Parts: sequence; C-alpha cells; structure tokens
Amino acid sequence: MIVLSINGQDSQVEVPEDMPLLWVLRDVIGLTGTKFGCGIAQCGACTVHLDGQPVRSCVLPVSGAINKKITTIEGIGATDIGKRMQQAWLGIEVAQCGYCQSGQIMSATALLAQTPQPTDTDIDRAMSGNLCRCGTYVRIRAAIKQAATGQITLPQTIA
Amino acid sequence: MAIRVTPVEDGDGPLNPSRRELIKRGGLVVAFIWLSGPMRAWGMAETARIDQGQPQFAPNAFVRVGNDGSVQLVMPSIEMGQGAYTGQATLLAEELDVGLDQITVEHAPPNRKLYSNPMLGEQATGGSTTIRYCWSTLRNAGAAARYLLVSAAAQHWKVDPSQCTVARGVVTHAPSGRTLRYAELADAAAQVTPPDKAPLKSPSDFQLIGKPLRRVDTPGKVDGSLPFGIDIRVPGMKVATVQACPTFGGRLVSVDDTRARAVPGVLAVVKLDNAVAVIGEHFWAARQGLDALDIHWDRGANGKLTTEQLFKDLAEASEHGTPIVGRDVGHVDGVSGKLVSATYQLPMLAHATMEPINTVVHVRPDACEIWVGSQVPARCVDVATKITGLPAERIVVHNQYMGGGFGRRLFEDSVEQAVAIAKQVDYPVKVIWTREEDIAQDRYRPAYYDRISSTLDGQGKPVAWTHRTTGASVLATFAPSAMGKNGLDPDLVECAADLPYEMPNMRVEWVRHDMPSGLAVGWWRGVGSTHNVFVVESFVDELAHAAGKDPVAFRKSMLGDNPRALAVLELATQKAGWGQGALPPRHGRGVALAAPFGSYLCVVVDVEVSPQGEISLRRAVTAVDCGMVVNPNTVEAQIQGGLVFGWSAALYSGITLKDGAVEQRNFNDYRVMRLNQTPPMEVHIVHSKEQPGGIGETATVMAMPSLLNAVFAATGVRLRTLPIDRSALVSDNNALKAALSAATPLDIPSDVASVARMLV
Ligand code: FES
Ligand code: FES
Repeated sequence: MIVLSINGQDSQVEVPEDMPLLWVLRDVIGLTGTKFGCGIAQCGACTVHLDGQPVRSCVLPVSGAINKKITTIEGIGATDIGKRMQQAWLGIEVAQCGYCQSGQIMSATALLAQTPQPTDTDIDRAMSGNLCRCGTYVRIRAAIKQAATGQITLPQTIA
Repeated sequence: MAIRVTPVEDGDGPLNPSRRELIKRGGLVVAFIWLSGPMRAWGMAETARIDQGQPQFAPNAFVRVGNDGSVQLVMPSIEMGQGAYTGQATLLAEELDVGLDQITVEHAPPNRKLYSNPMLGEQATGGSTTIRYCWSTLRNAGAAARYLLVSAAAQHWKVDPSQCTVARGVVTHAPSGRTLRYAELADAAAQVTPPDKAPLKSPSDFQLIGKPLRRVDTPGKVDGSLPFGIDIRVPGMKVATVQACPTFGGRLVSVDDTRARAVPGVLAVVKLDNAVAVIGEHFWAARQGLDALDIHWDRGANGKLTTEQLFKDLAEASEHGTPIVGRDVGHVDGVSGKLVSATYQLPMLAHATMEPINTVVHVRPDACEIWVGSQVPARCVDVATKITGLPAERIVVHNQYMGGGFGRRLFEDSVEQAVAIAKQVDYPVKVIWTREEDIAQDRYRPAYYDRISSTLDGQGKPVAWTHRTTGASVLATFAPSAMGKNGLDPDLVECAADLPYEMPNMRVEWVRHDMPSGLAVGWWRGVGSTHNVFVVESFVDELAHAAGKDPVAFRKSMLGDNPRALAVLELATQKAGWGQGALPPRHGRGVALAAPFGSYLCVVVDVEVSPQGEISLRRAVTAVDCGMVVNPNTVEAQIQGGLVFGWSAALYSGITLKDGAVEQRNFNDYRVMRLNQTPPMEVHIVHSKEQPGGIGETATVMAMPSLLNAVFAATGVRLRTLPIDRSALVSDNNALKAALSAATPLDIPSDVASVARMLV
C-alpha cells in the first residue's frame, strides 16, 4: 500500500512501485487533468509538481513521490501563483485544443515560484520542454509575463 | 476511487439504450455522472438535466432553450482547438440575441441528415470549411428561433412583434416597458408555427460577430477539468494498448504471450488480423504486457519498402506516367525565352496530435457505445456497424473534445480497431495508442514529387508556366464520388491550377501514383495547398532571382487585377519593413503570397542562419484577408499556430521507411518546434466585407515557402527538398567541427549530429 499526498489530500493506492506516477494519477486515482503525450519525457504534457519542483510524471516511478507533496493541475489553482497563471491564460486566451496546457501551466507556475520576474531566456529555459502542437507558444510567453508583472500586454478578450 | 452510475430516469437505463431512448437523447447524453473525487464531466451534467424531461424549445437541430433559462447550442462541427465551437456559437447567438456567456455548447451526435457539412458532403470537420459553410445556416437557425420566441411574447402581450426588441435573451415591448425572458417563453414558442425564413441582421447591427470574444471551451482547459476522449472513464472499464504490424499490409502470424500474461494487472491478450492488443487494469500494465509479447509478423508485400524506393518510383511516374490535366491555358509549348526549371520533393508527414489516438468502446450483445474524439462521427457508426453486425441505431457515439486533429481524426481506422478489440471482451475498454504507435500507424500525408518550369520573356516576365505534380490521391479513398470526371483529384492541383498571378500560358497536371497498397494516406493540415504553395511560391522566388528582380516587386508585377492579393502583399511587406535597409550577413527575409481556402495571405519571415547551418526564426509578419471575420482572436490564434505547425514540418518533419516500417518513434526523432524556437509574430487582419474564407489551415500553407525563401535570402542556397537539410547551409565547416568537439553529446540536436556525420 502506497500513500500519496496529492493536492493536500492523502490517497492510498495498491500499485507496483515502478508504475509511473502519471498512470497512478490518471488510471487509478482518476485525476485525468495530467496528460499523456509521449511517455519518454519529451513533451511535458504530464508535468506535475513534487514539493514545488516540476517533474515529468510519465517517467517518475510512483515510489519516488512517496513522502512528497504532489500538486497537479486540478490543485494548482489553490496557490496564488497558480491562480494568477490560470487567469493570465484565460485573459490572453492561450489554449487551442488545450491538451498540452495542463503541463504548460504547471511548468510556468514552477518557473514563477522560483523566478518571480523571468526574462525571455528564463522562459525559454523553463518552457522548452513543453511541446504544443497547436503552436500557442507566443501566447504562453505573453501569459507568463502577464502573470509575473500583472501588466496586460496584449488586447484582452472580453467575457 | 468508486465510480458509480446514476441512470437517467428511463426504464431502459443508460447502458441499454432502446431506439426510442437514443432518438430522445440524440445519442448525446453521457449517462453517468462522477459522484466522487475531484473530477467532473464537464458540460455534460447540463445535458443530463435537460434530457431528464424538462420541457424545452427545440426549433431546429442547433438551438435548445429550456424553461429553466438554459440555452444550449448544438455544434455541427467538432472542436479540436481551431475555435469551431466559439465561431459557430457566435453565429447562432448573434441572431438569437443571447450572450456567449449565457450559453452552453454540446457536441452534435452522429446524424448525417442534420449535421452534414455540404462543402464536404459528410458530417465532417475539415478543409477550413467550418465558418464558410455555417455562415448562413447557423445565423438562419438562430434567427428562426428568435422569431418564434418574439412571436410568443407578442402573442402573450397581444402586440405587434415589430414593437419588440431582444437583448441578452430578454424580450422587451418598448411602448409598455414589459419584458419576458426566453426561459418564460420557451414553452409557448414551441407552439408557434415556424417561419419559412426569418430576417437576418444587417452586418452593421452585429453585436458579437467580429468581436474578440472569449472562447467557449477554454475555462475547463486551464484547470484540467475538461475531458478529452483519452480522459473518459466508464464503470468497469479496462485499459488496452496495441501494436499493429509495423509494415503496411502485413499480418499477425503468431504471438507468444506467456510473459505478458505474467505481468501483474494484465487481463487479456487480444489478437486481430494485423495487430495484438493487451488489456490491463491500467495503461501501465497493458504497456508492460505489450512490451513482453513475442510477436511473429508476416511482413507482407511491403516488407522491403524504403523511402528511397518511394521517391525513385515517384520520379519514374513523373517522367513516364500519364498526366491528368488540371488547367490548360494558352499554349505553353510555343513560347520562347529564358527557361527556368526545378524539381521539388516533399516527404510523408505524420500528424502527431498532442493527444495520442484513443477510443473507449463497450460492445454488448444488443448495443455498442463509443466515446471518441472524431472529425467524422457518422463514419464511426459505420465501422462499428461493420464490426459488430449491429444495426446503426444500436450504436451510440459520444463525440469528445480533441487534443488536436490536423486531419488525423478524419480517419476512423483506430475506432474500427478499438471496436474489434472490445468485441472480444464483455467489459468496456479504453484503447490508447502509445506515441510510438501513433507515429508508426498514422495516415500519412503522401510524399510528392513536383517538376515545375517557366519561361521568362526579355523583360523577365513569366509568359509560360508548367507544373507537373506526382503523388497519391487521398480523396480517391476518402470520398471517391468527389473525384473529377477525368480522374482528377482536385486536391492535387489546389493553389497550383488557380494561381493569384496572371499567366497567359499555363499547364498544370497531375500524375497519379498511389502508395503501395496497405500504406494508407491521409489529410494533413492545409492538404493540397500546403504542398502546392510551397512549390509555387518557392519557384516564384526562383524566377524573381532569375529575372534579377526583387521578390515583392516581381510578385506585384504578376498580379494583374487582383486587389485582395495586392492588399495583403502591400500590408505585410510594409509592416515587415521590406526593402528598408540591408540585413546583416546570414540574415534573410522571405515572402510568400497565396489565396488558399478562399482567403488571401501574405507572410514575411526573417531568419538568421548560423555558420553551422542552424536556422533561427527572428520575426514573422502576416497580413490576412479572410473576408468577414467572426472572431479576430481566433483568426490571430490560427495564424500563429498554423505557422508553427508548418515551420515544424519544414524544419524537422519527415516520415521515412526502412524495411517497410516507419523509422521515427516519438518526439525525439519526429521533432517539432519548441517555445524557444518560436519568433514574435504579428498578424494584421484586413477589414473586409467579402464572404468569410477559411482560416484554420491557411497559415500552415504559407509557413514553408516564406521560411525557405528567407533561408535563400540569408544564404543563397535554394532548398527544394523538405525537411530542410542543414548540412547544405553550413558556411564554415571548421566552426562547426570546433563547436561539435566542444559540445557534450547532449548539447547536440540530432539534426546537427547528422551534419557532423557528413563532415567527420
Ligand atoms: S508524457 Fe511525460 S513528457 Fe510527454
Ligand atoms: S493547445 Fe493543443 S497542443 Fe497545445
């Protein structure tokens, strides 16, 4: 029996220790906001936080998450930075298909937690592991800057 | 975590839908709700509530007004990121006079009669047709519903309907100041006789159309709550993953599953003619089981196929095959002058949608239920009928949001396979393809081989033009009846036969050369236009160079009377600063102009090419005239994303075959652009009163030639084969060698490594 702390709640799961956290979240616990894109740490769709650090859950054995605080896209809105990031994402209307965006927001939130005022180079470094086939990259960059500065840089869509 | 089922209130129950029930529910209802845990079935609870017997006003296939105040709009196209739901909801809401924040949207059920796209002759989403075909249909549907609601109010007040106005779903009788909400009118409106045609607003009265309104589908895309097909979980469901024969047309001979069955959590191994699936308690068990199989394939007739052979065959067909004429104007043969000729080659491409292929299927003796994100939902019913032998009315397809389509989900092969797997077990199965399977078993954009030539007169003006393209037809299998009488597939000459330029003598033709049988081809974002505009606009650049003219001035001189093309050309080049000052060495600016999908675009790209041949995009400026704009925010997003999609392909993507199998496996060797490689992009939308044109694929069409023309401007090297071969762009071999020897292996992108192999 493995006990995981996910978004502030403990869950008990009966799974092999080498099972990647991604599949424990999605198929066992039912938290499907974290996505499968490649399974080999190439796309970032499966990004979650482990004690605030972004990790690719598709290659992280669940045993590596024991005694750590796991945060997923379902829980990130409970943090101040996560909330701001989600709002910037909506304000700039980043998402197209949206499939990559859970991972994008998790990577972006971890960046801002460590680097409150990121430069373009910081953004390049933190975000280039997250693929987006819809090509929303320019808006991702703009949304991170908006969340960081609170300054609205692009014309905002109306509700 | 417990998953419990709450049946809708009907004797038949959700898992045993009768025909009556299916009709009533329109096959739409997800007949369960999650009772525990943090997940919720996004947007679906509403459906269940409405369909549990609340009276509603449903004047047509698209509008539902409940007497509880709910307004549901049924979306005939599907949402795969392109903004279709927002655009279509806007058209309906505009004429219905409700706000986009007051409505919910629903996926249309499979129903060709109600939801076919007349431009495609099928209930299909593709070809950048969504707004074009719905522009009138959906506004009429909204206007008709509004007419009935207003009539109901006027009858209630015993006043003339012309004295009533509507705003945000509230009808007002101005002279008396009385108001009624749509919710209060829904029941009465259902009794009013529908009009033949209700009046439409004049564009100057539009409240929503043309505004950058918030997308209707995004709130659930920033908190993980919106489910895609891959996120569907139904009671008792197990998870499968599959491997099909790596060679096309090959078959399964035998499989030793002893080790697979020993994997904890593996439940079953299912054999198909050409594939093996492993079903497990979760994906991880299934995946490990699949890896533990010992499979023996009959590799079939294509077992030795290589990409080199494929292009050899294409070249041969181009030379000796029988061309079908797509356009023949004047006399190309008798023209004298300076002849310029070139040969272009385009690779097979995979879609690599971010959401890997998946389907949830439950096959029961009397019914089959499918959850899938599909661009062709009615075809999913067809294949399920074929595999299960059940009549169509016993098949329920719940369409889902898609994590990208790009043409991949116009094919139902994976749904057919999933039904065949699920048929062999008595529980629901979610079949998920690994990324490796997704790339190895795609419906590939075919490879093309194009020979093109033009004759320049004494002033450097092109006076004759011939273009012979050679490649496979997608249409021939996708919609055979749409093929031309002479056997022409119009897709093959799209944007080649209809140039934006004046050309007194021209012949455009196609030599059909299908892929070896078993190697299925498919639509890929931008379809024929993506292929042809790359060839045409690269070649126009070559001609400008041969004529010693500036590429923009050269294009202008060829335009003749084409004001919309001229306007985007002038706007984009002016905003990009074309011709204003020299660029630094190894920097270049490229232009492309075309009119794909009923829209006009000009894209100007700036690049820098390092001495080692690495390309950095610096800036992109687009001008677009897509007629009347429904949502400028969507137009801008589709241009930005479409460019990245096209550049990705030009820079990296190519599917190659060795021993009959696809060599690429995952995003490590089927590379796509990343954030750090994406330049700032400007999008300028031309104000236009023309009919709406397409938008979703247009920028992908423009991306490749604008980039390649910029690379030529930077390096003087004309690349005619995609993807780009960086080794051809190296200006300083010693610098490259030094950089490579200083770098650790991890620093070296795989494409640079291939350059290195050539040098060392
Ligand atoms: S699924 Fe984990 S990085 Fe792609
Ligand atoms: S929004 Fe579709 S993959 Fe990023």
